[in-house]
Amino acid sequence: MGERRLHPVTPLRRAWAPIAILVGWAFHDPDGTQRRLSELTAVTLALGATAVVIGGALYGFLSWWFTHFAVTDTELRIRTGLLFRRTAHIRLDRLQAVDVTQPLAARIVGVAKLKLDVVGTEKKDELAYLDEKDAAALRAELLARAAGFAPETAREVGEAPVRNLLHVQPRMLAVSLLLTGAPWVLLVAALVVPTVLWLITHNAWTVVATALPMLGGAFASSVGRFVAEYDWRVGESPDGLRIDHGLLDKAHETVPPGRVQTVRVVEPLLWRRLGWVRVELDVAGSANGVLVPVAPRAHAEAVIERILPGVRVPAAGELSLPPARAAWCVPVWWHGYGLAVTDAVFAARHGLLRRRLSLVPHAKVQSVRLVQGPWERFKGVADVKVDTGANKTVTARLRGAEEAVGLLQAQAERSRTGRREARPDRWMA
Amino acid sequence: METGTAAGSGGSTGEPDTAPEWTGLPRGVLTMRRMLLVVWLVPLAVALGVLLGLFAGPVWAAFAALPLALAAWGWELLARNWRSWKYAERADDLLISRGVLWREETIVPYGRMQLVEVTSGPVERYFGLAGVQLHTAAAATDARIPGLDPKEAERLRDRLTELGEARSAGL
Repeated sequence: MGERRLHPVTPLRRAWAPIAILVGWAFHDPDGTQRRLSELTAVTLALGATAVVIGGALYGFLSWWFTHFAVTDTELRIRTGLLFRRTAHIRLDRLQAVDVTQPLAARIVGVAKLKLDVVGTEKKDELAYLDEKDAAALRAELLARAAGFAPETAREVGEAPVRNLLHVQPRMLAVSLLLTGAPWVLLVAALVVPTVLWLITHNAWTVVATALPMLGGAFASSVGRFVAEYDWRVGESPDGLRIDHGLLDKAHETVPPGRVQTVRVVEPLLWRRLGWVRVELDVAGSANGVLVPVAPRAHAEAVIERILPGVRVPAAGELSLPPARAAWCVPVWWHGYGLAVTDAVFAARHGLLRRRLSLVPHAKVQSVRLVQGPWERFKGVADVKVDTGANKTVTARLRGAEEAVGLLQAQAERSRTGRREARPDRWMA
Repeated sequence: METGTAAGSGGSTGEPDTAPEWTGLPRGVLTMRRMLLVVWLVPLAVALGVLLGLFAGPVWAAFAALPLALAAWGWELLARNWRSWKYAERADDLLISRGVLWREETIVPYGRMQLVEVTSGPVERYFGLAGVQLHTAAAATDARIPGLDPKEAERLRDRLTELGEARSAGL
C-alpha cells in the first residue's frame, strides 16, 4: 500500500505563527508600533504583508508536501523534512496507546490528530491533521494490525464495538472541582499576596506580575480542568480501554490490553465524606495520566477490575501499617503509609490528607529495590521500591527491616512468575 | 583475585539457607579510588600549606592538615564502601547490594533487561577495570557494578544477554 499525505488543511495550522509574532510585538511596544505604522506607506505595508503571507504559505505548503506516512504490516512510517529528512519507523507490536485528539478549530474544520504512543515517540511523531473519518479508520486499522490480525484482513476488521463502563456527570465533576483545594489556595493567594505587595511597594507592575500567574493557575486548575474532563467516558472494547473526553477540545484515547503499568486511586480530603475517588494511570510512552477524574469508589474500583483483569483493589482495612517505631522516621505522616500484596498486585498507600493508593501488577515490575538510610537502619525499618516501565516507582515506606528483606525476595519471585500469566503483546493473536 | 567478600563483608550472614553466592568487587577498585583520593587531596594540602605559610604565617599553615585528615578518613571510608559492594547471579535474577550508611539492594529479573553496557574510562583501564550497567524499561533501575576485571565484565555481559534473551519479556 502506498504512502499517503496529511489532510490539505494542515498548512494552515502554522499560518498563525507570523501573525502571532506581529501581534505580540504590537502588544509589547504599542507606542513604537503606532509610530512605525504611521511612517510606513501603504505600498510598503502591502508588500510586507504579502511577503509574510507568501513566506508562511510556502513554508506550510512545503512541510505538508514533504510529509508522508504509510502503514506496513509491521510499522507506521512517517517521512518528513525538505532539507533535514527524518523517517520515523514506529513498530506496531510495541504500541502502548493510540490518541486521537481534536482541538476546537480542528473540530470545526472536521479534522483530527492521531498519535501512536510507543516508548520514545515525541510530539512530532503525531499525524496532524487527518480527516476525521480517515483518522477513525486509520486507528481501527493500526489497532487491528497491532492486535495481530492477518495483514490482508486488517483493513476490513473495522472499529471494535465499545461497551460503556462509566460516564462522569458534569454536576459531579463540578462539585468535585469545587471540593479540590488547589484552586481555592491559588485564588486566596492571588488576592492576598498582591494586596500585601501593593501595601509594601506601591508598584502596580509587581502586583500584576504576581496576581496574573496565580489567577491563571487557579483558572487552569478549576475551569480548565472542567473543560478538559467534561463528558468523561470510559469504555471497554476488544482493542482495550477507551477514554473519551473534552468540552471544547475532544480527546479519544485507546489503551490496548495489558499496557497499563500502574494505577493510582487518589482520595483528596474533602472528597472522603462523599466517598469519591480519582483514578490515575500510567502507560509507558504516553502523556495521558487520568483514567477517571471523579467517581464513587465502587464504580471506580469496578473500572479498575475491568482494565486489570484479576485485580481487586485492597480495602483500607486490608493494608498493613508500618511498625509504630516508624514514627521516629516520619512523624504523624507514617499513619498514611500502608501496604498490601495480593496475588495480582503490589499496592502501596501514602499521604495522610490526600491519600494515594498505587497498584502495580506483578507482571509489570521491572526491578525491585530495598533502600535503607542510617536512621532507618537504627530504627529497624526500610523502604521497598518497585520500578515499573512507565518510569514510575512505587514505594512501600518504612516496613520492618525483616519484613522488607522478605518482601524484596518475594516480590522479585512474584514479578518473575507474574509474567507467565500475562497476555501476549499482540492481544488478538 | 582477592575480592571484597573474601576480605570479610559479613553482610550475608542474615541470609536464609538458599543464600545467593555473593561476589565482591576486585581489589583494583579500592586501589583506584584511593589513588584518586590521594591524587586530589595531597596536592591540595601542599598548595594550601604553601600559600597559607607564605601569606598568612606558619601558624595558619596548619590548616593544610585538614585535607590530609580528610584523605585519611576517606581512605577508611572507601574501604568500607568497597567491601559493601557485591553482586550475585541467581537462576532468574541478578542481585546487587551496596552501601554502608545508605544501603541499597536491587533485584533485576534477567527477562527485564533491555540493555547491558560495559564501560571503561582511561583511569579504569589503567587499573584493569570495566564497569557493567544494566538498563531495564524503568529508568529508576540503578543496577550497576562499578568495577570488574574486564574478562569478568565481558563474561557477565554475555551471560546476562544470553539469559535476558532466553527469558525475554517486554514492558
